[in-house]
Amino acid sequence: MQRIGVFVCWCGSNIAGTVDVQAVSEALKTEPGVVFSTNYQYMCSQAGQDIIKNAIAEHKLTGIVVCSCSPRMHEATFRKTAAAAGLNPYMVEIANIREQCSWVHKDMPIGTEKAIILGRAAIAKVNLNTPLTPGESPVTKRALVIGGGIAGIQTALDIADAGFEVDIVEKKPTIGGKMAQLDKTFPTLDCAACILTPKMVDVAQHEKIRIFSYSEVEAVSGFVGNFDVKIKKKARFVDETKCTGCGLCTEKCPQKKVPNEFNLGMDNRRAVYIPFAQAVPKVATIDADYCSMLKNGKCGVCAKVCTAGAIDYKQQDQTIEEKYGAIVVATGFNPISMDKFDEYAYSQSKDVITSLEFERLTNAAGPTAGKLLRPSDGKHPHTIVFVQCVGSRCDSCSEKGKEYCSKICCMYTAKHAMLTRDKYPDTEVYVFYIDVRTPGKAFDEFYRRAVEEYGVHYIKGMVGKVAPEGDKLMVRASDLLANKQLNIEADLVVLAAAIEPDKSARPLATMLTASMDTNDFFTEAHPKLRPVESPTAGVFLSGACQGPKDIPETVSQAGAAAAKVIGLLAKDKLTGNPCVASSDELMCNGCSSCANVCPYGAITYENKEFRMPDRTVAIRRVAKVNPAVCQGCGACTVACPSGAMDLKGFASSQIIAEVDAICR
Amino acid sequence: MQKITRDALVNKALALLDNGTVDRVLGWKKGELAYDVTPAVFTDGKSIGEGFVWNDFCGANFSKYLIAETKKTGSKVLVFLKPCDTYSFNQLLTEHRFDREKVYAVGIPCEGMTDVHKLRAAVGEGICNVEADGDMLAVSTVYTDEPVNVPAAEVMLERCLVCKSKKHVAYDELLGEEGEVAESARFDQVAELEALTPDERFAFWQNELSRCIRCNACRDVCPACTCEKCVFNNPSSGVENKAAANSFEEKMFHIIRAFHVAGRCTDCGECSRVCPQRIPLHLLNRKFISDIDNFYGEYQAGAEVGSRAPLVNYDQDDLEPSEVFGGRE
Repeated sequence: MQRIGVFVCWCGSNIAGTVDVQAVSEALKTEPGVVFSTNYQYMCSQAGQDIIKNAIAEHKLTGIVVCSCSPRMHEATFRKTAAAAGLNPYMVEIANIREQCSWVHKDMPIGTEKAIILGRAAIAKVNLNTPLTPGESPVTKRALVIGGGIAGIQTALDIADAGFEVDIVEKKPTIGGKMAQLDKTFPTLDCAACILTPKMVDVAQHEKIRIFSYSEVEAVSGFVGNFDVKIKKKARFVDETKCTGCGLCTEKCPQKKVPNEFNLGMDNRRAVYIPFAQAVPKVATIDADYCSMLKNGKCGVCAKVCTAGAIDYKQQDQTIEEKYGAIVVATGFNPISMDKFDEYAYSQSKDVITSLEFERLTNAAGPTAGKLLRPSDGKHPHTIVFVQCVGSRCDSCSEKGKEYCSKICCMYTAKHAMLTRDKYPDTEVYVFYIDVRTPGKAFDEFYRRAVEEYGVHYIKGMVGKVAPEGDKLMVRASDLLANKQLNIEADLVVLAAAIEPDKSARPLATMLTASMDTNDFFTEAHPKLRPVESPTAGVFLSGACQGPKDIPETVSQAGAAAAKVIGLLAKDKLTGNPCVASSDELMCNGCSSCANVCPYGAITYENKEFRMPDRTVAIRRVAKVNPAVCQGCGACTVACPSGAMDLKGFASSQIIAEVDAICR
Repeated sequence: MQKITRDALVNKALALLDNGTVDRVLGWKKGELAYDVTPAVFTDGKSIGEGFVWNDFCGANFSKYLIAETKKTGSKVLVFLKPCDTYSFNQLLTEHRFDREKVYAVGIPCEGMTDVHKLRAAVGEGICNVEADGDMLAVSTVYTDEPVNVPAAEVMLERCLVCKSKKHVAYDELLGEEGEVAESARFDQVAELEALTPDERFAFWQNELSRCIRCNACRDVCPACTCEKCVFNNPSSGVENKAAANSFEEKMFHIIRAFHVAGRCTDCGECSRVCPQRIPLHLLNRKFISDIDNFYGEYQAGAEVGSRAPLVNYDQDDLEPSEVFGGRE
């Protein structure tokens, strides 16, 4: 029989305000196994923990129930308290009478009754608890960073600088991501390439960093400290070890009509290409969709001109298997498609562009060599209308856009408007906005400069329609402050398209068993206190894959994620969770149901000898759980038809005892 | 009347014993009465010649017997499998329940088996002999001078009337002609029950299950019930009991059993065949099968070895709990 102590916490007035804590500790005194019951203002305080420790010693307690806040808050605290008093930490149960009771009830009698029931359930469970000892698993001292944008680059550099090996997997032929496509960066207006490319070079030259460009993560198994990852290196038909990046092939390739994705299709590239001058790795890639040699075996010009002999038309996709201790997701974002926004005539007129396309138009390395020219006729635009919140902050019932604020658009639009007025003072610039959001260091000053010093026309109101008429764009909009309709004859319309997580994020989340929100942004373990960790142990988040972010914020989050990874990799061993599944060999059929449902591949089988009732020996196939791999999800326990599989610390009998106690 | 003859089976068994392929034969032998044909293991030609039975009462599905038989030392065991039995055979292989190497499986065609209860209802008690003659059964009883003629189809087992397949899905050797997977009306009765109101349905099952005497025949015969230790025999399971002592037993025994075999039941119909109280237990299992088909796409347990049953599989298209009540379509 257990000797159980019950400790009811007031949590100041958080619990005591709606739960009669005295009545709860009195009522629970008479439960089976309970030998001591008390209440105190703050159980988690030093004084509260001392009450628990003293009671364990004085009353020779074998198990304790703390009626307090969610176990997510203080289970670890009270387990440590118990351990300090010599009690096995897994003999502690928490009855959550705050989040699940006092906070959701207003009525004291009801709250008190429910608190007693929840306490009863926890006591029923602890009566069946057994001491558990966690196992240990080693840590592979290497990190994987998925995504080679500024987030992935910064995380990788920070981890590598701490002395750990890092691999970056980037699906494009070069690292750099979206930042490489930008012109200037707000609010300081430094050139994006000037501050990004040195970091790209650092990555390339770092002895601890390997870059797998033009590669994708194909499969992930294992667990924190011991992930097994399959990386598919897509065939680029160029031998990376031989290519010098001279670019001769990209000049001689006769296939000139391939839309250049780096310039968002606003100009063309060759079938063999290097995305941009500062690409890392600076290696050519052959686009199999356009290369006539790969498509019908005719051409071969690039192979002829390549002095390094790097062209290899027979190259195959390659799968690399590697072990990692930690994985950082840095998959970034993309502007949403403008297909559903017909009112802005994006698909009808070449002169309606997105903000990212505007970045390329003003970038010296862009299709117009930095001259702001209309895509349709190459003329200089004299009136430009910027439309904010295209697809951001949409109605929850609207299927066109996103409910959330994309966060970066207000600032980059202010930048675009200001730079346009600075370079082309003869151009009138209008910005239509819902609100201008500028919380950030030196952000509001920046925006005000655009309005006050550069004379950008900021108009609160939305654009209703853009209609191409001749070579003009008729913009119909409302000015909410002046309460009037506006008709503006524009030469160029720039849409601040909402941003969304990269499409590769969702399948990746499935592979990592990392959770996502409804917008496909990765969810953090705690929105305030663990913002760079995924709830899945060993998986960390960096950059816009977790939510819209600007560059400074991305870089600081990337550094934070790196710090967490370093903290993990610095450990030689990880303490496991002892609440894992185990199979009763005497009852196991070896039917494989458990192995079929196990998401972690933790279950294997072995043939074992058993003495049969008739004294013969039979060999039976039985399940075996690898406790280091098992995450304690319990899927096997419900799949097992024989009831042979059970979860330590959460045995079916314990859960039924809790239910019985509640229903009593 | 069965198309394949007893002689064909006996000759095959004798030949395989003679050439050493097998050292024992799983077959049917005569029971106490004309109609209670019993499974038996024969080890020599003499006993086969004398005791081997093959007639319209050989409904027993031998797949489950292979679990114990393959654990024995010696060479292979010969088993005769009707088409429906082969599904159980495969399902047990999927669950690694016996060693395929130790079995020589001979597929035999089946024209449908006779339901003893129906037969007794048709001709009365005291049946002492049954002779099959074409589509008719000539039934002699101790109370009549002349045999009573009954059309075989009228007294056929329900599972045979809605036969799902005359095609064998596993065998080493086939005797007679291979059939086809049939268009079966086996879910019609499930649909009828689904059309009832919850109260009517509860009353239906209350009435049926109230007759249960907890003899455990359904469990013992079920090829999916092969646990090393059945929950109903396990004192620590919380549901162990021996007799139909209370309403819990009455209701829950069969429902727990149906849950335990869900996704693994091949719908062989043995549970209903052996039930002495004529409870239509197969309907519980068929409801599960039809739900699984409906929610996850059609799935026949045992159709192939190693298939991932929908209930122990996951794919991203699996429906969410919220979609369940509407079904997939």
